[in-house]
Amino acid sequence: MNFVHRSVPNAIALATLSIAGVFAAAAESITVVSWGGSYARSCVEGYHKAFTAETGIEIKLEDYNGGLAEVRAQVDAGAVHWDVVDVELADGVRGCDEGLFKVFDPGTLPAGADGSTAADDYYPGAITECGANTLYYSTVYAYNAEKISGEKPTTMQDFFDLERFPGRRGMRRSPVVNLEFALMGDGVPVEEVYALLDTEAGIERAFAKLDTIKDQVVWWEAGAQPPQMLADGEVIMSTAYNGRIFNAQVLEEQPFVIVWDGQVLDTGFLAILEGAPNPAGAQRFVEFAARPASMAGVARYISYSPTRRSAEALITTHAETGVEMRSHMPNTPENAQRALQNDWQWWSDNRDDMNIRFAAWLAR
Amino acid sequence: MFAPGKGIRRGRARPGLLSPRLRAASLTVPLIAFIAVTFIAPLGSLLTRSVYDAEVAEILPGTMAVLADWDGTGTPSEATYATTAMELLRARDERTLGRAATRINRIQSGLRSVVVKTPRRLGRDVGTEPPDTGTWREALVGIDDAWGETSTWRAIREAGQPFTARHFLNAVDLETRPDGSIGAMPETRRIYVGLYLRTLWVSLGVTALCLVIGYPIAHAIAHAGARWSTTLLMLVLVPFWTSLLVRTTAWIVLLQNQGVVNDILVALGIVPDDARIAMIYNMTGTFVAMTHVLLPFMVLPLYSVMRSIPARHMDAAASLGATPVQAFRRVYWPQTLPGVGAGSLLVFILAIGYYITPALVGGQSGQLISNMIAYHMQTSLNWGLAAALAAILLLAVIGLYVLYDRVVGIDRMRLG
Repeated sequence: MNFVHRSVPNAIALATLSIAGVFAAAAESITVVSWGGSYARSCVEGYHKAFTAETGIEIKLEDYNGGLAEVRAQVDAGAVHWDVVDVELADGVRGCDEGLFKVFDPGTLPAGADGSTAADDYYPGAITECGANTLYYSTVYAYNAEKISGEKPTTMQDFFDLERFPGRRGMRRSPVVNLEFALMGDGVPVEEVYALLDTEAGIERAFAKLDTIKDQVVWWEAGAQPPQMLADGEVIMSTAYNGRIFNAQVLEEQPFVIVWDGQVLDTGFLAILEGAPNPAGAQRFVEFAARPASMAGVARYISYSPTRRSAEALITTHAETGVEMRSHMPNTPENAQRALQNDWQWWSDNRDDMNIRFAAWLAR
Repeated sequence: MFAPGKGIRRGRARPGLLSPRLRAASLTVPLIAFIAVTFIAPLGSLLTRSVYDAEVAEILPGTMAVLADWDGTGTPSEATYATTAMELLRARDERTLGRAATRINRIQSGLRSVVVKTPRRLGRDVGTEPPDTGTWREALVGIDDAWGETSTWRAIREAGQPFTARHFLNAVDLETRPDGSIGAMPETRRIYVGLYLRTLWVSLGVTALCLVIGYPIAHAIAHAGARWSTTLLMLVLVPFWTSLLVRTTAWIVLLQNQGVVNDILVALGIVPDDARIAMIYNMTGTFVAMTHVLLPFMVLPLYSVMRSIPARHMDAAASLGATPVQAFRRVYWPQTLPGVGAGSLLVFILAIGYYITPALVGGQSGQLISNMIAYHMQTSLNWGLAAALAAILLLAVIGLYVLYDRVVGIDRMRLG
C-alpha cells in the first residue's frame, strides 16, 4: 500500500513533467516551407544551422512548389501547421492583403552590419509590411559557349535575333518575365516596359515579338530543365534562373555563359502565416534571416544576392569551390547595367488575364 | 437465402430491432458514409463553388445594397461612394479586402490594385466625413480615375452576385456583355473550348494506340506458356510500378533532338545530322509518352479476359473450316470485347485527366484542360472557375459513359 501511495503522486508528477516536456519541445521548433533543391540547401547551410545554434529552436524544413493554394487551405480551415513560408513577392503581398500572412513590423528588422538603420541599409522597395525580402534572384538568358561558334549573343535583342543566331530557344511556359523580355528585345528601354504593358498596344507588341520566335521555342516548366537542355544541345540558348546556371557553371563545369543584359530581378520573400503554431519563433526566424550575416551566408552557396547594402560587403567566395561570388551576383553593378525590377504590383493586377492570353496565344 | 416469412415474423416479435434485411444493409453503412464523406461531399462542394460565391457580398454588403438601386449608367450616387469608402476601410482593418479585390479583379483586370490602394491612401484615421471637405466621389476619383468609370462599378456589382453563371460561361469561352447579352470572348482570350477538344482528341488517340499495341501484347501473355507468360507479365508490370516522372524523363532522353533515337538514326545514315527528327516537345511526344504510361491499364484487363478464353474455341473454329482471320474475327474478338471495353474506358478516363506528362513532353501543344484546372486551383486561386471547368469535364466523361453503355452495354464490361 505504501508503495502505491507514494507512486501515484510520483506518477502524476512524472506525467505532468512529460506533458510539459512535450509542450516545451513543441515550442522549440518551427516549420519553414521553402522551394527545395539547391536553394533550400543554401539556406540550411547559410543560416538555418546558425539560427538553431543560437536560439535552440529546431527548424523543420518542408518543400513546396510555390503558390498560395496550400497556405489558403490551411488558414481557411483553421488548421495551420506551417510557420514561415518562402514565397514569390507578388504572392507574399497578395497573401498579406487576403489576411493569410501576418502583418510584419519593419521596425523589427535588424540593423545593418555597418551600424546603419534597416531603412537606410535596404535597397529601395525592399521593405514591406508583409514580411522580409531576403534576396535578389534573377531570370536571365544563357547560352552554351561550345554550341555557338563565332559571334556570341550579348544583348536581349540577340535572343530574338534568329538571323544572326539561328537555333532553338528555351523559355518558361508562362507570360511572367517573357513579356518583359519581348519588349526589351524589341528595344524598349527598361524604365518604359511596365508603362507600355499597361496599354493594349504594349501587350500586343510583346506578343507580336514573341510570335517572331514562337516556332523555335522549347517551353520549359521546371527550373532544372534549362541547364539540361543547354547541356544536351537541345536549345542554343535559354532563359533560366541565374542560380541554376551558376550551379551548372561552377559545380558541373558546364561552358555556359549568362547574358545579364535585360535580366529581370525578383526578390525572395519570407512571410509568417496567420495563426502560425509558433509565431514568436517564426518572428525570431525572420529577423534572423534578415541579418546581413545570414544573407551573406546564403550567398556563399548560391548566386542570389542580398537585399541590403551592408550584406553585400560581406560576400566572399563559394563555400565548396572557392569561386569569387561577387561577379556571379545579379545586382553587382557590371551585371545590373540593364536590369529590370519585376513589378509585382503590375503582375498581381494582370497575372490571371495574361495567363489566359498567353495560353490562348500558345494554342493558336 | 433466408426464408422471408420467418424473418418477418421474428421482426414483428421483437419490435425495435432491425429486420434481417435492414440489418444486412446496415453493414454497408460505413461504406456509404465513407463514399459520402470522400466522394459525394467534395463533389457537391465543387459543384456549388462553380455557381455560388458570396465572399464579396459578405465583405461589402452595404455597397451591394446601394448598387442594387443603381441603373448601371454613368457613376452611382455620392451615398454609394461614401458607403464603399467606409466598407473598404473596414475590410482593410478586418484584412478581408484582398479577397474582395481578387474577385473584382477577375471581372476586370487592374481593379485589384485600385481596391487595395484606396483605403491605404485614405489613411488610418478617417471619419465618416470625406477628407479635404470635398465629396467622397472626389476623394476616390482623386486616388484613382477608375472610380469615375462606369465599368468599375459594374464589375463590383457583378462580383457581388453570390449566384453566378459566369464561371460556366467563362469555361466555354463566353462572357456577359455590359448590355446583358451573352457573346463570345475576344479571340485573344478564347482558350477553353479548344483545350477541351484537344484533350478529347488526345485521349481518344491514346486509347486507340493503347488498344492497337496492348491487344497483341495481352494475347501473347495470355497464350504463352506458363514460364513465358510470367516473364512477359513482369515486363508490363515493372514500368507500371516505376515513377511517372522517371518514365517521362526517360522518353525525353530517348526522343530529344540530341537523344538516343536520333543519334542512332544519324549513325546509321538514315537521317542527316542537320535534319534530326523532332519527336518530342510536340504532339508526337505527348502521344508516345502517354501511351507508354497508360499501356498497362489496357493490357491487364485484356489479359485477364483473354486468359479465360479456352484455346479449344479457336481449334474448333479451324476444324469447322474457318481461316485464321475468320476464326479471330468471329470467335476470338467477340469474346474479348468486355476486356476491350474495360481497358478502353479505363485508359480514356485516366488520359482525360492527364497533365504532367503532356506539360513536360508536349511543348507548345502540351497544355490540356487539366493544366488549366490545376492552374486555377493552385495559382490563380479561382476555385469557382476551376470547379466549372472540372464539372464540364465530369459531364463529358459521364456523357461518354452513357454513350458507351448504350452502344456496348456496361454489364458486358469485365475487369477480370
